[in-house]
Amino acid sequence: MIRGRDPANAFHNAAMALEMFCKAPAHFGGICLRGGGPARDALIERFKQSMPTEALHRLPPRIDDEQLLGGVDVAASLAAARTVTRGGFLKRAAGGIILVPMAERVSAEIAGRLAQAMDNASGDERFALVLLDDGIEAEERPPSSLLERIAFHCDLREVRSLELPAKSSAMFGAPVEATPDDAFHLAEIARALGISSVRPLIFAERAACAHAAMQGRSQIETDDLALAARLVLAPRATQLPPDPEPEPEPQEPPPPEDQSSDSAEDDSQTPDPEDLQELLLDAVAASIPPDLLDQLREGKALRSASGHGSGKKRKSKARGKPLAARPGMPDGGARLALIDTLRAAVPWQAVRRKEAGSGTANAILIRKDDLRVRLFEERSATVTIFAVDASGSAALARLAEAKGAVELMLAQAYVTRSEVALIAFRGDSAETLLPPTRSLTRAKKALSSLPGGGGTPLALGINETLALAERIRSQGSTPFCVFLTDGRANIDENGSSGREKAQKDAKKAAKLVAFAAFDALVIDISPRPSADARTLSEEMQARFITLPMADAKALHKAVEQARPAPQTA
Amino acid sequence: MGFPFSAIVGQDEMKQALLIAAVDPSIGGVMVFGDRGTGKSTAARALAGLLPPISAIENCRYGCLPQEAGSCPDPCQSKRARKRPVPFIDLPLGATEDRVVGALDLERALRAGEKAFEPGLLAKAHRGFLYIDEINLLEDHLVDLLLDVAASGENVVEREGLSVRHRAKFVLIGSGNPEEGELRPQLLDRFGLSVEVRTPDAIDDRVEIMRRCTAQDRDPSAFAEAWAKEDAKILKQIARGQKRIASLEAGDDVLTDAAELCLAVGADGLRGELTLIRAARAQAALAGARDIRREHVIAVAPMALRHRLRRDVLDETGSTTRIERALAELFG
Repeated sequence: MIRGRDPANAFHNAAMALEMFCKAPAHFGGICLRGGGPARDALIERFKQSMPTEALHRLPPRIDDEQLLGGVDVAASLAAARTVTRGGFLKRAAGGIILVPMAERVSAEIAGRLAQAMDNASGDERFALVLLDDGIEAEERPPSSLLERIAFHCDLREVRSLELPAKSSAMFGAPVEATPDDAFHLAEIARALGISSVRPLIFAERAACAHAAMQGRSQIETDDLALAARLVLAPRATQLPPDPEPEPEPQEPPPPEDQSSDSAEDDSQTPDPEDLQELLLDAVAASIPPDLLDQLREGKALRSASGHGSGKKRKSKARGKPLAARPGMPDGGARLALIDTLRAAVPWQAVRRKEAGSGTANAILIRKDDLRVRLFEERSATVTIFAVDASGSAALARLAEAKGAVELMLAQAYVTRSEVALIAFRGDSAETLLPPTRSLTRAKKALSSLPGGGGTPLALGINETLALAERIRSQGSTPFCVFLTDGRANIDENGSSGREKAQKDAKKAAKLVAFAAFDALVIDISPRPSADARTLSEEMQARFITLPMADAKALHKAVEQARPAPQTA
Repeated sequence: MGFPFSAIVGQDEMKQALLIAAVDPSIGGVMVFGDRGTGKSTAARALAGLLPPISAIENCRYGCLPQEAGSCPDPCQSKRARKRPVPFIDLPLGATEDRVVGALDLERALRAGEKAFEPGLLAKAHRGFLYIDEINLLEDHLVDLLLDVAASGENVVEREGLSVRHRAKFVLIGSGNPEEGELRPQLLDRFGLSVEVRTPDAIDDRVEIMRRCTAQDRDPSAFAEAWAKEDAKILKQIARGQKRIASLEAGDDVLTDAAELCLAVGADGLRGELTLIRAARAQAALAGARDIRREHVIAVAPMALRHRLRRDVLDETGSTTRIERALAELFG
């Protein structure tokens, strides 16, 4: 049963999910379609055909509170000399469906608003979301507050065939109710997959009921449960289901088939509960998306990988967290803060009108002093990347120290607003063990098992660090690279051994660090510091220190001192 | 129609903490840690829905009590009191300071040139609950402000030429997932109680949750009806607790117990001790006890202290475990 890993089947699953979703959008909360491409376009086309146009609302990217929730329409109010309120986007979308393009970039704030509106809406006002997720990296996902509230997560990234499965001849019989047994099976699967939230369970139950009804059945059958588990539960797995016990020994011969009279048409419906459970788990395990599967195999549940929502990291001068408005002229990129300007002008109106004389009864007199501009804080948080040489004999100690330093830094992360990431390189690869995070809890989990030993692929380590640093910079934060190494490379950038080539590659990579002008620090923590690490730091134009007997605290202190100060624009 | 409080499966510690806050709102808010989908906001909402309507001057935007008529910044003219449901304000993540504390009423300023105050969410939450989901993602300065108002019971606004103060007494309920960022210990310490919630592990409980949610979804009013009796019992318990709490005094033995416990677990500051006693008193009142006893202190110790322990990054032991260990050592 490897059907689920077949991309065509992923396509089929998504089509099925979409069909169920169309029948009762608010009932399922929404659907997430991950991976842009023709496959998704085809599905959306079909979706649009089956929904009335007026029910669909596209969420403008970077919508602000005022637009989202509505409020006083200042322009109209001024014109009409009375208060004109304007309904927000959410009001217009009530009872309909909100299409969210680039859902992986939706900010935590907007996601919070949407989630809150979903929770508070009742009856006909309930709306549903279609998240169009263009994320590529595992970290780029829609905010988990939204993913949590929608039933279906479909991954279309691997779909190559565009053969759209035929719409099922949905008959939609009478509504079907789940029995306690059905609920029990779903709950068991959820537990086996390590899903702790209750919402997916309820969505899965609804999906099973809807599928049964679509098939014109009066009760839920194994197929319905399997489908519900595949569509709703599998994508949320945080662990792999435990392997079935190795071949239960047949202690007793199976009972003679004496119930053949009624099992003739019944055998698929009432298998032994445990068999059924296993059957379902197999079906589900087969449809866990491949990249999730890889992560789970490595024991890295991604759970709240999107914890901060990528939006929070998207910062620049004209965006980011608005600060209080300040007096000033709207130029040089500063935008006029209309409301605040009016607020500043209002208390003086009576005086100014008197001054200005007649003909100004209805006008608002605004002077230059009143002008306020909106300022945004560029939350240019520093992300400290520890690139740790985990090769050879010193590895264990070095890793333990790096781990301690990471935890000490995170323990203060709320003060410095900094994030920390950790990359380890050894053998023939470099790996990001801890993507940038502020969460101590998450870091502890990721760092609990650090591998060590093998050769020193210094070039690979530097390149991986560079890639991460570039990504951090593109998100508006400032990367700070800390290399813990003795600088003695013996694995080149292709992963093959050879000291000379390895050193050359490392030098090349180091120059790139200097070229990109990343702040960097090289710490030589080998017991007998040599010239190699110093040379490396020179290539990188990085600072260099030796800490032969470093412990976590000393390391933390050294890094804190070398770290560039957080910048605010 | 909300979910009935009594129909919530499990979550005993959270429910107890909410009841304690309902009996003694001065306890200083409840912080709830837990993953998504564990019913944090459902429980808070349910408690607000359960409490009997409050009596307030009609149309008063500050929820004045009948005897306080006319004492708010925008003096309420009427003397007539009306019943209104206990406020439950869900503070959105992106809320601006303007919306939270209130700001110049632009509408009236534009139209009449009046300098009037437009009350914010803090005024709306007066006499009720203010719920903040994902409080660890909220701007620090807003969290500071909220905790400050929650502790003082008064919102003081000095801005834009306005000088306004109004009552804002509410129970602050914050929720967050520690995996998504930490909260400063200074802020944590100011929460009275903290609880950890998780979905019940037992399959039967989970199935029961699904059953109840489905039933509620299908026919909310019938579902509420079915649980009305249980809800009424809890309501009675709260009312009895509120009545009884004033007469309960902590004796020397209980005070000693609390002090010893705080010392043993290394809970920083006086606040821990005070909250511990307060919570124990509310616990005793809810239980209908005649006086505060050691068992009440033990029952509330984890929720009153677990967020105040000095954190040691290199010690993996959870705070709850540390408290339980200390309880076992001290009181056997």
